Amino acid sequence: MRGLYVMALALALVASAAAPVALAQHPSPAPLPRAGPPPAEERVEVPPPPFTDGIFPCTSCHASLKVNRVRRPLADMHGDIVLTHDEQHRWCLDCHDPDNRDWLHLASGEKVPFEQSYLLCGQCHGEKLRDWRAGVHGRRTGEWNGHKGYLLCAHCHNPHQPRFRAVTPKPAPARPSAAK
Amino acid sequence: MDPEKRPPPVSRRQFASVAAAAAAGFILTACGPKRLRELSRERLAALLEDLEKDYTKRFGTAVVVADTPPIEGVTFAYALDLSRCIGCRRCVYACVEENNQSRDPEVQWIRVLGMNKEKGIDFSESDPYYQPAEVPEEGHFYVPVACQQCRNAPCTKVCPTGATWTEPDGIVVIDYDWCVGCRYCMAACPYGARHFNWAEPTIPRDHLNTKTHYLGNRPRPKGVVEKCTFCIQRVRAGRYPACVEVCPVGARKFGNLLDPKSEIRYVIENKRVLVLKEELNTMPKFFYFYGT
Amino acid sequence: MSIVSQFPRFVAGSFRLVRRGNAAYWAWLAFLAVLIVSGALAFARQVSEGLVVTAMRDQVSWGFYIGNFTFLVGVAAAAVVLVIPAYIYDWKPIREIVIYGELLAVSAILMCLLFVLVDIGRPDRFWHLIPGLGHLNFPRSILAWDVLVLNIYFAINFVVATHILYRAFNGRHYDTRIVVPLVLLSIPMAVGIHTVTAFLFNGLAARPYWNSSILAPQFLASAFCSGPAILLILFQVLRRFTRFEIQDEAISKIAELMAYALFLNLFLHGAEAFKEYYSDTQHLLYTRYWFSGLGEHRTLVPYAWTAVALNLSAFLLFIIPAGRRHWVTLNLGCLATYAGCYIDKGMGLIIPGLTPDALGEIYEYVPSLTELRVAAGVFAVGFLVFTLMLKVAVPISLGEFQHEPDTGEAH
Repeated sequence: MRGLYVMALALALVASAAAPVALAQHPSPAPLPRAGPPPAEERVEVPPPPFTDGIFPCTSCHASLKVNRVRRPLADMHGDIVLTHDEQHRWCLDCHDPDNRDWLHLASGEKVPFEQSYLLCGQCHGEKLRDWRAGVHGRRTGEWNGHKGYLLCAHCHNPHQPRFRAVTPKPAPARPSAAK
Repeated sequence: MDPEKRPPPVSRRQFASVAAAAAAGFILTACGPKRLRELSRERLAALLEDLEKDYTKRFGTAVVVADTPPIEGVTFAYALDLSRCIGCRRCVYACVEENNQSRDPEVQWIRVLGMNKEKGIDFSESDPYYQPAEVPEEGHFYVPVACQQCRNAPCTKVCPTGATWTEPDGIVVIDYDWCVGCRYCMAACPYGARHFNWAEPTIPRDHLNTKTHYLGNRPRPKGVVEKCTFCIQRVRAGRYPACVEVCPVGARKFGNLLDPKSEIRYVIENKRVLVLKEELNTMPKFFYFYGT
Repeated sequence: MSIVSQFPRFVAGSFRLVRRGNAAYWAWLAFLAVLIVSGALAFARQVSEGLVVTAMRDQVSWGFYIGNFTFLVGVAAAAVVLVIPAYIYDWKPIREIVIYGELLAVSAILMCLLFVLVDIGRPDRFWHLIPGLGHLNFPRSILAWDVLVLNIYFAINFVVATHILYRAFNGRHYDTRIVVPLVLLSIPMAVGIHTVTAFLFNGLAARPYWNSSILAPQFLASAFCSGPAILLILFQVLRRFTRFEIQDEAISKIAELMAYALFLNLFLHGAEAFKEYYSDTQHLLYTRYWFSGLGEHRTLVPYAWTAVALNLSAFLLFIIPAGRRHWVTLNLGCLATYAGCYIDKGMGLIIPGLTPDALGEIYEYVPSLTELRVAAGVFAVGFLVFTLMLKVAVPISLGEFQHEPDTGEAH
């Protein structure tokens, strides 16, 4: 019996030594997606982001302020912003980059400019992003066989309160009547 | 949008010039091919020039009547996202402005049906006259209906004079100068998409859209049928229909069915798509879908 | 040829005949003239302002005019009820009077064409429907078929009737080589005109109330009651006011044929009602609107049940032989048949077919005064033409209006 155990151990040692050699014959797994800016052909041309007047660049104030990453209701500034966008779990710095307020950031930490905020929205709303790239989500302007106009998500959806408000409908049609 | 004040009544001179144009049209058409569909391009161009003069005189502003032909390799189709439409009716009025529809009597090519979520798409439960303070209303969804541009159109089948037909790019059009106003096509349409000019149409002068197409939005006479033409004057020039552009929630999609990269192909291939009254086999090119 | 040279005398003689009449005749003509003038004025208003002066709207785009058109096509087709016994079975009692069925067909088709003219939005463009001048979308459009068959049937009846009468005026028998083939053709044509008219409605998938195979046979059944109803009353009037003779046998036989047609009409309506109520699909909506109304929309319900009562009573009156023979029940039956079929074909066909409309909306259509006036005017034109034709035809068939070869004068 002891002889068998020794033989098994020897085989295991040989096998583990040989394994890297054997594995080296198969192709290595694909590398993880690069961090950094998306390739140029993925960038969608949009009108400028709908900033409130005078609010941008954010670093004009924030460059000199200390970064406070503690989740809290804001007191000194931006108190007018009411967050109703997964406010149970998210707050400002989950989207706005803490170190450079002129940028947004993805969950990976990768920075995205406001002009590409759709990448940020698309993290959670992936299907909407795919539909938007195809031109199926969102308002369509431009030419059906030429330049197609895209808008940023933020042009229609307020990122802090994205739900559309109800609107007043235009007048109902006139009922038919044999008036004459 | 409230109808504007009526334009001033037609003067004798205006009437005479319209009558002269009509007579010229009669002679032009009586002495040769009659329907606009049968005219050669030269004769059509001449006829459209007369029309332009007539409209310009009538409305006191330069009106263009184009004869833009269909683009090769194009079949238009439309898709409407039922999960997005909020029933605001901005499409209805954008269409009225773009296509020179009569304000009094009121003609509207798009009819938005207010539906009950509990009842689903059931026309007997629909209400086009909803007027709440705000839309969308709780428990309601909205289905705008206009011409479905059917591939197996019942309307073109029944027209006794051949005044309505399907163009090569898929748009069902009407020759307003050939239609006799029998309204058989209106009886045949399962979607209530065709509308009749029961009286002389009135278009306020300052709301006239002067960029017209002879088969589309040029001002129509009394006693003929009209309907949505997918904004033929726009789409043949590469633009989107007015309703697509004005929709504030992006519920309306339009494009070339034969282009695999168009939005419309994406919708048909990736979304749950339905058509109205499918069992009637009209094969509409107007699809409804649920984007969410 | 002398026959041709007699034509001016025929015309002059006819003019003399129509100017001769008793007070009742002139009162009748005056009444018709009033209706025609009123109708013409109403139509002028309609042409100037547009069809908005009617009660038709996008939701119910066909109404009173098309309803009357449909009914009158049936009346025209009913000439065949006389033609078959007369020419196929060569039954003398009806052979003597078949010409009046043909004249009725001519007047009825004339009224049909007028109703189409007043209904279209551009009467100035009616020539678009004439093949050769315009463009007729034949064979795809059933309306194009209808234009053709109605005019062919009109021509056949017109040629046969005028030929027979003019030959009789000249004291000669009609030419069987002309008349017999045309008359034989008129039989399938009569069935044809009303079948094509039924197909107009039947072929529309958009209107489930109409999109039923039973429509063509049902149209024919109601046509074969309503036309003879008018004729039977006419024959009794002629008997009363002229030396016109018609055997009681003929009247009774026509009434008997009407009884069978009435039965078929009731049976086919019943079959339709069964299918709608038993299958109980959403399409029942239209039949329900007719018989019991939808919600507070109940305008047509009284008419529906009146029509049922009228048709049923007419059938019962006529199926009993005694009912056909007694002049009171005979005439009551005729009036009931006419009224019942008129309501059925007009209100009972057109309006429920379009209400609720394609998008489920209910617009309760009731003809406007202008529509009633125009329709009355069209009926008056038809009745006037029929009266004037009879004024000439009856004397001819009695031998009272004939060309005298000796004196060269007609009297």
